[in-house]
Amino acid sequence: MTTAPLEGSRRFHLGENLFRAVLFVAAVVVLVTMGAILIILFESGHVAFQKFGVAFIWLNQWDPVRDLYGAAPAIVGTLATSFLALVLAWPIGFGIAYVLTEICPRPLRGPVGVAVELLAAVPSIVYGMWGFFVLAPVMSTTVQPWLTEKLAFLPPVGEFYWFSGAPVGVGLFTASVVLAIMILPFIAAASRDVLQTTPQLLKEGGYAMGATRWEVLTGVVIPAVRGSLFGAVFLGLGRALGETMAVTFVIGNANRLPDSFYAPTASIASIVANEFPDADQGSLKLASLFALGFILFVVSFFVLALARLLLRQGRMA
Amino acid sequence: MTIQAINHARYIRRRVVSAFMTVLCSVAAVIGLIFLGLILWTLVEKGAAGLSPNLFTHSMKTPGQGGGLGNAIVGSLIQVGMGTLLGAPLGMAVGVYLAEVGREGRFASVVRFVNDILLSAPSVLVGLFVYQIVVVPMGGFSAIAGSIALALLAMPVIARTTEDIMKLVPEAYREGSKALGARDSTTVLKVTLPAAFGGILTGVLLAVARISGETAPLIFTSLGSFNWSENLTSAMASLPIAIYRYASSPYEEWVDLAWSGALIITLGVLVLNIASRISHFLVSGRQ
Repeated sequence: MTTAPLEGSRRFHLGENLFRAVLFVAAVVVLVTMGAILIILFESGHVAFQKFGVAFIWLNQWDPVRDLYGAAPAIVGTLATSFLALVLAWPIGFGIAYVLTEICPRPLRGPVGVAVELLAAVPSIVYGMWGFFVLAPVMSTTVQPWLTEKLAFLPPVGEFYWFSGAPVGVGLFTASVVLAIMILPFIAAASRDVLQTTPQLLKEGGYAMGATRWEVLTGVVIPAVRGSLFGAVFLGLGRALGETMAVTFVIGNANRLPDSFYAPTASIASIVANEFPDADQGSLKLASLFALGFILFVVSFFVLALARLLLRQGRMA
Repeated sequence: MTIQAINHARYIRRRVVSAFMTVLCSVAAVIGLIFLGLILWTLVEKGAAGLSPNLFTHSMKTPGQGGGLGNAIVGSLIQVGMGTLLGAPLGMAVGVYLAEVGREGRFASVVRFVNDILLSAPSVLVGLFVYQIVVVPMGGFSAIAGSIALALLAMPVIARTTEDIMKLVPEAYREGSKALGARDSTTVLKVTLPAAFGGILTGVLLAVARISGETAPLIFTSLGSFNWSENLTSAMASLPIAIYRYASSPYEEWVDLAWSGALIITLGVLVLNIASRISHFLVSGRQ
């Protein structure tokens, strides 16, 4: 008699199994989505890889008239704008994070932190529009001529002439600045979350030894959370690599390698968004766009995977 | 010089370095916040002038005909709504699986990792993907395709927040439920899910905010349109696409409309974010 309820619960129960099955299927959908994106992008782009070989990745050509395509300009544009954006945004983003965790008066920390997070939610097309209508004219009339004058001494590296060329306003440099402003709130919010995980006891230990605020940061806080801080930066990089709208407005959309920071060029995302409407179903051009998408997906995958691993490592420590 | 004097000089130097770096960081922070404030200010300055009833009631028209953004706003509401209806249950199920069933198991860890990557994967590629699996087989651009793309973008966000929130439910709730002889499904559906539900809705609101501003994936799926259409199997207008087309047009009237559209969408996203924060605050305050 006493065992009856136990046996009952061990018996096959439709509701329970259905419940588990539904949840499991949902979890599988996540993996299938990731796999399917990878396979579909490759499958749809493999004609381009067949035609041009692996060389597609480094071929410097984009000529729809002669049906010749290569990924070099887009890859260079993507990496250059993203890294430049990171170089510009990281120090400022870290500054904001540091100010929010250590310097800012306590009552202000909450509101300023929320403001930063809200800015991270502003749609990227807004940053793109601002870049095109507000920043690009200022770049063209003021910033670029000034930089050209001050940095004229930089010797060209190969075909790359740094800060020279026509200050047209849209191009590699402006795209990087807009991207930097766009990823700034992400990096600031993520870095703040990381800095906040430093145990208070460690910091107090530092201050008790007579260390100054800066010494506590560089000697205690940063060594304690270094991995996670890199994770936050890579998360920002992942955002920048795949960003479409903020870049498309201001990069100039010229499918060639840039010969200076001012030159109009293109990123993978901007080429895909721009050229897609003119690419016919089944054309080599459409296949090339998919091949570009595949390359971007693989690159972002590794960057984001690295970011997650670094952040997770930090959470466990 | 005595040792005290040397140490004092060093002490002063260390203090100066610290103060200098503090100021530098503060300046960087202020510059960054000023830039971001500048963008919002531009948006209000250029977008507020065009806000009128016409904007909401008239559909997009050729320049000079007094067109609005009505069809784009309705199109966005339809696609974001359908995207949420598709993506939210899926995302919640994934989150519940990770928090309640899979937990720290190997399979769950892989799903969690992949979900985190999908969370920040380039949305433009999700658009290309849906183009190939929905638009091409269906033979044309459609609101359904747009909704599916948005659903795929909402799913990982909702999965992430659902798992995070459900993990905050005290373990004692689960133990208590199981001690009463409840099955796992009963424990989740009657105990932990209700306890976490407010927080999960917060996550859904955040996901809605995120997908309302998505532009890139819609280029390949619902394409955009000038017509007032509620037909789900044909191309449909959306606010982000309308902004994109209008902002890159040479007509001043269209550019003004693009600014107004950008203001509407930003206000919408910010209101959703603030609402999710308030609801989160209320929910966590109650517990």
